[in-house]
Amino acid sequence: MSSLPPFVLFFAAAPLLAFARGWTQKGVLLLVPVASGLALLGAPEDQVVTLSLLGYELTPYRVDRLSLLFGYLFHLAAFIGMLFALHVADRVQHIAAMLYAGSALGAVFAGDLMTLFVFWELAAVTSVFLVWARRTPQAFGAGWRYLVIQIVSGLLLLAGVLLRYHETGSLAFDYLGLQGPSGWLMFTAFGIKCAFPVLHNWLTDAYPEATPTGTVFLSAFTTKMAVYALARGFPGTEALVYIGALMTCFPIFYAVIENDLRRVLAYSMINQLGFMVCGIGIGTALAINGAVSHAFNDVIFKGLLFMSMGAVLHMTGRIKGSELGGLYKTMPITATLCVVGACSISAFPLFSGFVSKSMVMAAALEQGYDWVWLALLFASAGVFHHAGIKIPFFAFFAHDSGIRVREPPLNMLLAMALAAVLSVFIGCYPWLLYGLLPFPVEYAPYTTTHVIAQLQLLFFSALAFTWLKLSGLYPPELPSVNLDAEWLYRRLVPQLMHSATRVAGSWPGQLRLSAQRRLGQLMATLSHFHGPQGILARTWATGSMVLWVVILLGIYLVAYYY
Amino acid sequence: MQAERQHIFDKPANVKRLLWVLYLLCVLLLAVDFFYHRHAAHPWEALWGFYALYGFVACVSLVLIAKRLRRLLKRPERYYDE
Repeated sequence: MSSLPPFVLFFAAAPLLAFARGWTQKGVLLLVPVASGLALLGAPEDQVVTLSLLGYELTPYRVDRLSLLFGYLFHLAAFIGMLFALHVADRVQHIAAMLYAGSALGAVFAGDLMTLFVFWELAAVTSVFLVWARRTPQAFGAGWRYLVIQIVSGLLLLAGVLLRYHETGSLAFDYLGLQGPSGWLMFTAFGIKCAFPVLHNWLTDAYPEATPTGTVFLSAFTTKMAVYALARGFPGTEALVYIGALMTCFPIFYAVIENDLRRVLAYSMINQLGFMVCGIGIGTALAINGAVSHAFNDVIFKGLLFMSMGAVLHMTGRIKGSELGGLYKTMPITATLCVVGACSISAFPLFSGFVSKSMVMAAALEQGYDWVWLALLFASAGVFHHAGIKIPFFAFFAHDSGIRVREPPLNMLLAMALAAVLSVFIGCYPWLLYGLLPFPVEYAPYTTTHVIAQLQLLFFSALAFTWLKLSGLYPPELPSVNLDAEWLYRRLVPQLMHSATRVAGSWPGQLRLSAQRRLGQLMATLSHFHGPQGILARTWATGSMVLWVVILLGIYLVAYYY
Repeated sequence: MQAERQHIFDKPANVKRLLWVLYLLCVLLLAVDFFYHRHAAHPWEALWGFYALYGFVACVSLVLIAKRLRRLLKRPERYYDE
């Protein structure tokens, strides 16, 4: 018997959230991930559902070890995120989060590239509402930039898929490889969502602008979908080793001088993705196991860190390192849970990062990537420095900002506590996670050598921080923006456009008049069709739009069953 | 107004105590390298105090380079809104 694809329940529950209120709403939010997750636990491995649509052989649902692991992970992340957001009154956020989680689940269980594309774009469109829901001008702008870049990633994917279909006649989503332009197109599409260097700014732009609870969902799904897609399509692609090593190193410099603590976490997220990308590039069983298990752990501990900063933002209304400090006095539980997340991301023994990150590093050494290994080691020390120390230090300790707020609501504390317990549990009993990995694990994390080496690395990093801080060499937290690759499209291109219009304004009279006349004609044609009376511009009520979306989803569901 | 309760790190002595614990742990961890022979997968790893020194140097250079970069990259907070 085949089980129901997990996205179905999530998509079916979303319309309910438009009407449900009070306890019903809370019940739906919590029960959907639990029910769907339990159903997945009973799902038989190696199960494939195919259907024929318009002459294409599609595989909308495929269960194997790799997709199953990400399936469990996304259910866990959805449950933690929903619990964290339980107090939120804003329906838009709940519906967006439900559809977004469903889309991410649809993507990891997609057996063909066309299905992957559909969920890839759905995840983009649904997730942007978690940014816009902040309802600030900054969030609005960042949301648009995020959406455009995500859609471009989807279009590149679609182009690659169609080219590949033309070349091979197959839509199967298995090993893709970099052969030909189709391979590169899909590689770039995955790379955008995975925040490859220079393509990464959508992440550091949008995540810190999203709502306190929305960022928790965002941090869990989009980039991990991309990690999954790379692990399936491009394992052993050597370019990924160097891209990954670069990703671990360059963001930590930004993280040190960044003031917005959620943006620090966004940069540190790229750093963690770097370890996974590097592992996928190395491509041995040990490396892939490391990459995938690190993705699993990262969702939980990065979620925990984003939750603790979300709780701080929710309670104080501030998130700048320069405005915070001393919060441990009135938020001791949040501070403790944040420190657990910090220890996990820094890979302290007995915390989850320790049992997964080191697999990638061991694999790098095994395959003779000495310099890459040194870069990863540098990044490991650096991540402790900026995510492990800087985040808790500037938010909860440092100088007393005088802010006295209470602990966040109970549901937020419970969600953080759940993530913290999981981080410690996986750190202490890694075998449960290892048992789910795509390849059999022969790696033992708790050797004396490894424990001592890691402790030396971390404690001397802490010593370096202490020394820099006491000697006054440590750069202070300053309100500022730091230039990054986004400067190209946020500053250079707008300025070029601006000067282009200025130049056009100084053209000789004759030329300008003729250009203006042509523009006028164009506008007249456009307004004929698109103007207030135009046939293409009849306004539709939002209600009827929602109805049509629901009908479309319904048809899709029915079509699926037959 | 009621005086606020003293918290653990309000006392400089407690901060100092914490720092001494850190220093002591660092010394002990470095001392381990005298007695314990690492099962090194790479020749650099077998060097005395490799991980400790690498961690320290990595973090100090990270911060000092980032500080330099800041001079180059720092702009006013509303830079992109202008």
